[in-house]
Amino acid sequence: MRQRIKDVQHESARFRSRAIVGFLLIAAALSVLGLRFAYLQIDRHQEFSARSDQNRISVRRIAPTRGLIFDRNGVLLADNIAAFRLEVIPEQVKDMPRMLAELGGVLALSDDDVERFNALRKTKHGFESIPLRFKLSEDEIARFSIERWRFPGVDVVPYLTRFYPRSDEFAHLVGYVGRIDAADAEKLDAVRYAGTTHIGKTGIERSYENDLHGEPGYDLVEVNVDKHPLRVIEHVPPTPGKNLYLSIDSRLQHVTMEAFEGRAGASVAIDPRNGEVLAMVCVPSFDPNLFVNGIGKVDYATLLNAPERPLLNRAIAGAYTPGSTVKPYLGLGGLELGLRRPSDTVFSTGEFFIPGQSRAYRDDKKGGHGRVDLVQAIAQSVNTYFYSLAFDMGIDRFSSWMGKFGFGKPTGIDLIGESAGVLPSREWKRGRFNQPFYPGETVIAGIGQGYWVITPLQLAQAASIMAAKGVRHPPHLVRAIQDGLNATPMPVPLPKADPSIIRNPENWGPVEQGMIAVVNGGGTASGLGKEFPYVIAGKTGTAERFSRSDEGWQNIMDVAVERHEVLFEAFTPADDARIAVIVALEAGHTGAHDAAPIARKLLDTWVKDDDNPAAVAGASP
Amino acid sequence: MTYNLLLRLQLWAVRAIRRPHYDLPLLGALLLLATTGLVTLYSASDLDRHLVLNQAARFVLGTILMFAIARIPPQVLRNWTPYLYAATLFLLVTVAILGQGRGANRWLNLGFMRFQPSELAKLTLPMMVAWFLHARELPPRWITLAAVGVLIGAPALLIAKQPDLGTALLVAASGVFAVFLSGLAWWRIGLIVGAAAAAAPMAWHFMHEYQRNRLRMFMDPESDPLGNGWHIIQSEIAVGSGGVFGKGWHNGTQSRLEFLPEHTTDFVFAVFSEEWGLIGVLALLALYLFIVGRGLMIAASARDTYSRLLAGAISMAFFVYVMVNGGMITGLLPVVGVPLPLISYGGTSAVSLLAGFGVLMSIHAHRRLLPR
Repeated sequence: MRQRIKDVQHESARFRSRAIVGFLLIAAALSVLGLRFAYLQIDRHQEFSARSDQNRISVRRIAPTRGLIFDRNGVLLADNIAAFRLEVIPEQVKDMPRMLAELGGVLALSDDDVERFNALRKTKHGFESIPLRFKLSEDEIARFSIERWRFPGVDVVPYLTRFYPRSDEFAHLVGYVGRIDAADAEKLDAVRYAGTTHIGKTGIERSYENDLHGEPGYDLVEVNVDKHPLRVIEHVPPTPGKNLYLSIDSRLQHVTMEAFEGRAGASVAIDPRNGEVLAMVCVPSFDPNLFVNGIGKVDYATLLNAPERPLLNRAIAGAYTPGSTVKPYLGLGGLELGLRRPSDTVFSTGEFFIPGQSRAYRDDKKGGHGRVDLVQAIAQSVNTYFYSLAFDMGIDRFSSWMGKFGFGKPTGIDLIGESAGVLPSREWKRGRFNQPFYPGETVIAGIGQGYWVITPLQLAQAASIMAAKGVRHPPHLVRAIQDGLNATPMPVPLPKADPSIIRNPENWGPVEQGMIAVVNGGGTASGLGKEFPYVIAGKTGTAERFSRSDEGWQNIMDVAVERHEVLFEAFTPADDARIAVIVALEAGHTGAHDAAPIARKLLDTWVKDDDNPAAVAGASP
Repeated sequence: MTYNLLLRLQLWAVRAIRRPHYDLPLLGALLLLATTGLVTLYSASDLDRHLVLNQAARFVLGTILMFAIARIPPQVLRNWTPYLYAATLFLLVTVAILGQGRGANRWLNLGFMRFQPSELAKLTLPMMVAWFLHARELPPRWITLAAVGVLIGAPALLIAKQPDLGTALLVAASGVFAVFLSGLAWWRIGLIVGAAAAAAPMAWHFMHEYQRNRLRMFMDPESDPLGNGWHIIQSEIAVGSGGVFGKGWHNGTQSRLEFLPEHTTDFVFAVFSEEWGLIGVLALLALYLFIVGRGLMIAASARDTYSRLLAGAISMAFFVYVMVNGGMITGLLPVVGVPLPLISYGGTSAVSLLAGFGVLMSIHAHRRLLPR
């Protein structure tokens, strides 16, 4: 209070200067703010634009319709049919465990269903509809409709489900689709499969999954912060999967299946001119439709643990001992390698001895067949001839030659799960047992015993190579691929065939003569070729569980199958074959008695339409 | 009768133009700002007409209050000042004891309306500081400063305790600006700022956990993008995605799809930036700067120290709103709940702001008529 009188003039001027300073400071501060805006809106505009779009735009994938599968004549083997499933929108359900319990009282809900549903729920938003039960029956739909008011957020929704009209006839070949499980989901392209519920699990469905699936479409949806869709910005429809036309003739498949009469085994028929598989039958079979919408645990365990193993695709993964069916190939090898001339004979006494050894390798006929040449040796299936030939050939030339018929390695057919089988060889035995190959093993390999393991498909391929006079056409199942039902099916290009494995074409004739004699002359399957318009060439095989030798070969037979197997291979017309067929049965008296009649029934059906242009060119629905 | 009324209206109009009670540039700028606010709110609320009409009603109420205050001579205001200040303190204490509000004791229920005493403080505090300094020797010395410190500190701390850091900041700032404008020596300013900076870390201990989180998030919002960092990140996305020209009115997806929280209140500036881009932002900042500058011009031409300091403090405090809000939505400053003046939805701040401009208008109307 020293100077009570204020200097008004001075104070006003001071205020003025302070106001100016204050204004400049404010202007500077706002400029900093403006620069900050400029930094965000110019320098980082692109980044934030992207993040803004990422915020607001969500992609909803639309699953494509799966491609159909037809046989060579356009008979539908895998169809999509309309069905109904139960879907739940979790956020509309107040008490999920209670709802599920109550729903279980209205229609059947298995633990599997609930487990899958709960697993899916973890990966989806609460407003997304999640399937709970597939393939509702009409009865279930009716019952649910009455009780529907009790279940808000639960609805019956139509969808397309896979249906296999031929049921067990194509269970192994066409395979089946099943619900995508956690293991599948890990391997799949998450974007491509975002809307897909099913995937090919076995057979063609699996190996052609890529073609059958199609390309998903999508909706670009604007969503709000809770991911609720508000509007569709862009709609891109899905591209349906491609339709497949198999080389299979479903009529052959049907007749052959019936001819098995439930006996376990497999049959494969191939067109030797191009490798097209005309029939591929496995018995016993199962209904693939059980798997489509989730097979129950009990059903699955029953199928899986059944002693006759219905789930096994015997045609490509069955393990058979070829027995005498290898004899024509070995016989041809003897000629090709210059070890035998067609006229060379062997005297069959009923027993064969390796020089300097006392073990007897027996013929199947006591006392032997007498003096036989190659043709007779094949026709009568004379073991001695082939014991001695295999012995003379030695294991290395033996396995090298037999390998040319495709034994011991997968054929490369367009199915997943093919076995390689075993072609006895020095390398194989070294790798498997770390033991040298003994001459006695070479001898029994000559009659298709010992370490031999083949799949029916391998034998069919070998028969087909023989029928085509040494030319190998890799077997395949898909003949044409069609991009939409209105498009022309595009033939799958055939791989270029290798040159014939036969160096001297004249060598083929005696073997063919032998095989014709099997079926038509006094051979092992004599009479089978009667009343058939073409000449059939064939060979039987009756594989023993153990060698008939008294000497202890049993201990090394562990790779062979459990039971006594019978086989038959054939092709026709013998001179210019258009079909090669093999039949393998896991039990039977002889190849001629049990396997050959099945092959004949197949051929009888085939011959009706052989070279019928309408049928062969028929890759159109 | 009608004629008579028309004549009186005409006379009033003539008088208003010749010797306006109201500063027309300031009035025009405020009108422009309020209009911008309504247009922005209409978009930010996703075309909620009800909300916009509500806000418009508050503008009308605020404008009436502004005109009413403009008619009160500054001398009268000065005489009332100590009582108003005392009343404010009383109400703040009352609120602290029995106030109610959403997680914060800010509101006082008067039965017919709810009332926020801290809004009152925005006006009565600078009035009190101006009143106090008016009677003192200027520039102020330490003893005066200490007294002013108490005057500012008491309401500011009461408000900060509510807790309402934003308003406390605004209230304190208006008092501090009055001291600054009174010509406080620069060296004293330097000392005070230095001491404040040294004491700043202590503030951490007095903060609420949510306030600490805001500071943490300010430092690194991406560390918790879905939690505490969400506001800042979504706001920056809104601003940045607006670019130079903006997405256009009602095309701001960040707000329309509700990614941006509080998009009609504290974060409305982000909506504006998203839709109008940098060009709109710069124009808006220029408008704010104009209002501040115009306010300071009015202050400079005021008749006495009280009017000068009060007008100056109100004008500069207005800037603090803009700076704190703009800094918050661009991640330049921590999240503090301060509205964007006359644009953010909310009645109390609009009314108290317009009341403040009423004081400015009054001071303008009673300015020195002759320049020296």
